[in-house]
Amino acid sequence: MDFILNLWVELGAWAQGVLAGWGLPEWAVNLVSDIVGVLILLIIGVMAVLIFTPMERKVIARMQDRPGPNRVWPYGLLQALADAIKMLTKEDVTPRNADRALHMLAPLIVAIPALLVYAVLPWGPNVIGKDLNVGILFIVAIGAIHVLSVIIAGWGSNNKFALLGAFRVVNQLLAYEIPMILCILAVVIFAGTMSTQGIVEAQTVPYFVVMPVAGLIFLVCALAEANRSPVDLIEADSEVVAGYMVEYSGMKFAMFFIAEYVNMFAVSIVISTLFLGGYKFFGLEDLAPVLTPFIVFAKAVFVVFCMLWFRATFPRLRFDHLIGFAWKFLVPLSLVNLLLGALIVKLTDSVWGQAGLMLAANIILVGITILILSRVARDLRDAPALKTIAAVER
Amino acid sequence: MLSDYNFIGVFVVVAVIFPFVALGLAWLLRPKKPNPVKTDTYECGLQTIGDAWVQFRAQYYVYALVFVVFDIEAVFLFPWAVAYDKVGLWALAEAVLFLGILMVGLIYAWRKDALRWQ
Repeated sequence: MDFILNLWVELGAWAQGVLAGWGLPEWAVNLVSDIVGVLILLIIGVMAVLIFTPMERKVIARMQDRPGPNRVWPYGLLQALADAIKMLTKEDVTPRNADRALHMLAPLIVAIPALLVYAVLPWGPNVIGKDLNVGILFIVAIGAIHVLSVIIAGWGSNNKFALLGAFRVVNQLLAYEIPMILCILAVVIFAGTMSTQGIVEAQTVPYFVVMPVAGLIFLVCALAEANRSPVDLIEADSEVVAGYMVEYSGMKFAMFFIAEYVNMFAVSIVISTLFLGGYKFFGLEDLAPVLTPFIVFAKAVFVVFCMLWFRATFPRLRFDHLIGFAWKFLVPLSLVNLLLGALIVKLTDSVWGQAGLMLAANIILVGITILILSRVARDLRDAPALKTIAAVER
Repeated sequence: MLSDYNFIGVFVVVAVIFPFVALGLAWLLRPKKPNPVKTDTYECGLQTIGDAWVQFRAQYYVYALVFVVFDIEAVFLFPWAVAYDKVGLWALAEAVLFLGILMVGLIYAWRKDALRWQ
């Protein structure tokens, strides 16, 4: 029975035992098991594309009251596979004015950071690629490489739309990285560790309940970092056609596409790890550890569904509003949230005391924020028209 | 500890191979019939005038500068957050001081209109 319960860990141990039984030296056993682990994680990452493309199109279609893709058997669920075959056999066009080397380089490196993040995402107790002691910092650091590939793509295409899209990256991704890091810091203070598994273990109460402000800010930033609508100004079709992807076709375009969906899934798992309790679900993880990967998957699918919901609900932001929102609203708010967290961790040692105090502080923080915002809004409303425009521009 | 990174190293190698395999497969399968119209720079049907490699606005640079300040701050704050339980009350005081200076910097940039897109 124990074997079934701890199936994932036991399977790994068994596989290593079989390899050692063949008389392989220890480093070879480690190497082979590392490679197998990497391949499994890679397949999970790429499967995300096959699962979430049809899901996105179906969910958005339902929300817009149309059937969505329904030709590819069954119910259009294999649409992603059909798309993949089409992408593979599509001609690859490189504009003759483009910088050929850079144009080629961007799709090569865009998927690497998106996939690497999977190395530290926890799927269960000890069911994890590698439980690095700097796990969450690793995710932030690797995620930053994404910016580089987008800029290379935009610059290398020698296309004005692509270049505009690439410039927007500098602003958008960098602006939203700051509040994201500050929210992660608040979580790290509460958990007392940077290892992703340690953070999950530290959550007796999911951190989304403990600090909803940090959770919501992180969700907004995650949307921006994963280029999801309504903050997808990098590739806004109505403004810069497709941004940095304009000049890409065939498999090169598919690489950007794969990276986007792999990224979206990874970000959802990061959210569920940091704020929704990861593989914990009301004690179910102790009863049946075999279910933990499915718990993580269910939570991630829920987060992805919320992202699609936002896409169907909110219109796209204007660019200066987007940047202003990050710097003038999210950064101060997350700084205050971080300081509150630091103060409360020192105030009391009991986990429940900390959680309750932090929740109360967060509710008060939201109240004060709404008060300040309504003040500003009232001032704007009462001001003469010209002054209003000037103030909004600020 | 350091052996943890063996796994990351293997992952990097496999992740680097993955796009080469995908693009190589496409290279084997796809047709290749370029013509002058096809390889033109795309601009909604118009002829492109000049290069896209031009000087761009200095405003982006200002944002990047503000970002660098905050990013370096984050690097310093991560160890602080991990060791927060082990160091005494002065860790809090120090962080308040540190974040306070940053806050002042942000307000300064705000007042100087560096955060305004113009």
